[in-house]
Amino acid sequence: MVCDVCHKNNATVHLTEIINDKVVEMHICQFCAQAKADELNKHLNISGFLGSLADMVGGLPQERRLLRCPSCGLSYEDFKKKGRLGCGKCYETFRRSLLPLLKKIHSATTHVGKTPASLEKRASSQLKTEELYQRLRRTIQLEEYEEAAKLRDQIKELERKEKKLKTKKNV
Amino acid sequence: MFEYFLNNKDGWLNGKGPEAEIVFSSRIRLARNIANLPFPSRASSAQKKEVLDKVREAYPQVNRLKNSTFVNMAELSALDSQFLIERHLISQEHAVDSKEKGLIVSGDEKISIMINEEDHLRSQVILSGFDLKKCWQVLEEIDRDLEKKISFSFLSDLGYLTACPTNVGTALRASCMLHLPALALTKRINKILELLTRISFTTRGLFGEGTQALGNFFQISNQVSLGLSETELVDNLIGVVNQVKTQEIDARDTLIKKHKISLEDSVWRALGILQNSRLISSREALSHLSILCLGLDLGIIKNTDLSTKAKGREVINSLFVIIQPAHLQKIESKSLRERERDYIRAEILRKKLK
Repeated sequence: MVCDVCHKNNATVHLTEIINDKVVEMHICQFCAQAKADELNKHLNISGFLGSLADMVGGLPQERRLLRCPSCGLSYEDFKKKGRLGCGKCYETFRRSLLPLLKKIHSATTHVGKTPASLEKRASSQLKTEELYQRLRRTIQLEEYEEAAKLRDQIKELERKEKKLKTKKNV
Repeated sequence: MFEYFLNNKDGWLNGKGPEAEIVFSSRIRLARNIANLPFPSRASSAQKKEVLDKVREAYPQVNRLKNSTFVNMAELSALDSQFLIERHLISQEHAVDSKEKGLIVSGDEKISIMINEEDHLRSQVILSGFDLKKCWQVLEEIDRDLEKKISFSFLSDLGYLTACPTNVGTALRASCMLHLPALALTKRINKILELLTRISFTTRGLFGEGTQALGNFFQISNQVSLGLSETELVDNLIGVVNQVKTQEIDARDTLIKKHKISLEDSVWRALGILQNSRLISSREALSHLSILCLGLDLGIIKNTDLSTKAKGREVINSLFVIIQPAHLQKIESKSLRERERDYIRAEILRKKLK
């Protein structure tokens, strides 16, 4: 089969496009396909890209798709469309879906940079326990028991360490 | 408004910073959001106003911002906004839909804070030459002072929270503006840009996101913001920029050794066009200025007023900026159509490069 675009090379890529409500089938060669992909790339915007990336790594069950941030009202679908989160709470609401996305973007999921001075003063472990409790409450609300069990174990471990630290200090 | 910037000799564009021959400028920005308020895209007008008021109240307490101006973006004309974009003080996004948007800018233009752009605050320090460490030192001080007055949205495991997940963590983007004419002339540039992308660095054109490379200027910046500390991010970029710089020097060497006559021809032609044209677009002017700049760096331009390097660089660096559309209109103090701009641009170039 000869390429529909250049009419020279062998068509190796088969495309189905919808142009003005009509289904158009195209058979094109790899060079013309590359040119077409470049054209598409020009139209690609970062938000749409992030959205589809989120979809790819997310693979969300229906109930998580319908999840809305209790603070700003953003749904995960909204995030996928715009590629932007609505508020700080969104990071907690959509945490489970965001973590794989962050891993993909940054190859990491944990902050190691600076901490606001006001938060540094509080014992970091105490802060962590508090946050874990918050996450635990949320996962229970969402009936994600497997995740909840993991968090429970983490909290136990942290509290055990804290106790140990305290006894050491007392001695 | 801002006419005084036109005569600003201390700004980041003066070409006097360290290693400014290839690395024109260094810039670092931090994104910050105020805790318990939705990000700008989901905030009501009243909430955005609250952000604006909070920052406006806090900034006079910031040591480095003592000599700064607060600007209400809604009060600016389209020309004023474009002028600020051309001076790299705001993004293109910040100029659109300017209601409840603000800008704080220091008198020397080295520090600026966009309020209610994609995030509540986008603070930047931009310096002449290759000076990223100093950028970070200044910016960290500003951030520390701001944090005394404003509490920012932060989670201990994810860091500073931002509207776009690509910025979360340190919320830091460091970038250098490099002038790479020899890599472009020797056609090595694409390979280098491809390599940079592969090791997680982004390259952009003269005006940031979504802009093309003009005048052989390339902006290199870090892509990731999470999982590395601020100093690691800055150090990594310094390493990468040093590599690219070495490549450019190498390509310049090749040009001088193997293509001396063609190079001289290109440089003198560029000067000829700039000194003689009567109508010239900014795109064309930028590309000739770039080659002229290279000629000056390599000592090809001799026996003209430009021939002392420092003087020549000062003239050319300022031309890179003032030939842009909004700058021309500021200089002429009136709005100009495209053809009129091309005429005035050519006139300015002839006068300055006599």
